[in-house]
Amino acid sequence: MFNAPSAPGGAVIRSFGEYQPARVVTNHDLAQRVDTDDEWIRSRVGIEERRVAGPDDSVESMAVAAGGKALAAGGLAPEDIDLVIVATCTSQDQIPNSAATVAARLGIPAPGAFDVNAACAGFCYALNLASDSVRAGSSRNVLVVGSEKLSDWVDWEDRATCVIFADGAGAAVVSADQDQGIGPVVWGSSGERADTIYLRENRYLYQEGQAVFRWTTTELYKVALQALERAGVDPTEITAFVPHQANLRIVESIARKLGAPQALVARDIVTAGNTSSASVPLAISRLIGRGELRSGSTVLTLGFGAGLVYAAQVIRIP
Amino acid sequence: MAAHSEQEILAGLGEIVEEIVGTEPSEVTPEKSFVDDLDIDSLSMVEIAVAAQDKFGVEIPDDQLKDLKTVQDVINYIQK
Repeated sequence: MFNAPSAPGGAVIRSFGEYQPARVVTNHDLAQRVDTDDEWIRSRVGIEERRVAGPDDSVESMAVAAGGKALAAGGLAPEDIDLVIVATCTSQDQIPNSAATVAARLGIPAPGAFDVNAACAGFCYALNLASDSVRAGSSRNVLVVGSEKLSDWVDWEDRATCVIFADGAGAAVVSADQDQGIGPVVWGSSGERADTIYLRENRYLYQEGQAVFRWTTTELYKVALQALERAGVDPTEITAFVPHQANLRIVESIARKLGAPQALVARDIVTAGNTSSASVPLAISRLIGRGELRSGSTVLTLGFGAGLVYAAQVIRIP
Repeated sequence: MAAHSEQEILAGLGEIVEEIVGTEPSEVTPEKSFVDDLDIDSLSMVEIAVAAQDKFGVEIPDDQLKDLKTVQDVINYIQK
């Protein structure tokens, strides 16, 4: 016989943090480079402006900035963290991973550290891994980060994609607690549709727009409703719905099908663009920062993206 | 599912277009082009295809959408 991990309590989100590059790129800026215009971009994807990384911004540096803010907001010292998970699909290096570098730069001494690639659903996947780790007793405090530098993987001559994607990072600290602040995940994949979002020429992000739109607007509200059901929360009880900020029309289409007319719907994409795995924590952190999401609020999250993969869970705002 | 008459399909498409882009159903006539006359973009065409499938039980896959340029094209596809 040997000892197995165990923990008596639950897992809660203690804090959020975010980072966006300083450089703002407007629709008018893009119209100087490719054949597009402000009205077209607003009507098709709902974006007015987005942030694009500068020369000093990397997946790791943005994760450090967002993670540091989450640590500070949670009142934790680096040595309190025993696991770091970075969700990303845009790091320049496959080896080494991002999480160990991020941990070292934050001064976190020798935590478990690994990356997750679940594309735009990455943060929701990583958040559940953190929650499971804490509830099983493998960790006490976990730093979870979604960080993406999509601008490295965009063809800036392709008007169908360059208007959508952006850069940024969002982070959360998950801690052991007597309460449960992270509901059961509903996650899954549809690998037979892997060819709808991929790297063209192994270099440029490409998506079959109509196929992705059809999938997201006809299938994913069911995943979100299952996450509510598994958490025992009625749609009319949620304060906000924060889906991956893929496209404003997708966000609004899914939101309309939830039966949650009272819920604030995150529309962070309007000024942040599509930041893949960063979009959910970035949107939540910004809503908290503007005072639009109060402590104790119940929020439904939904991540979805290349794979195709998806994950949804109910969380409580710290 | 029983076949639908051309008039039924036209009326149904009028309702669908009104719901998706707010156009008056009377504007939705067979010769109209979705893109040029009804101001419907590629994503709204997907919504129309999904709604038409629910209403008429005929699946319109994405790879067919580019060939369905006019209201009459969709009527023909559903009746096929």
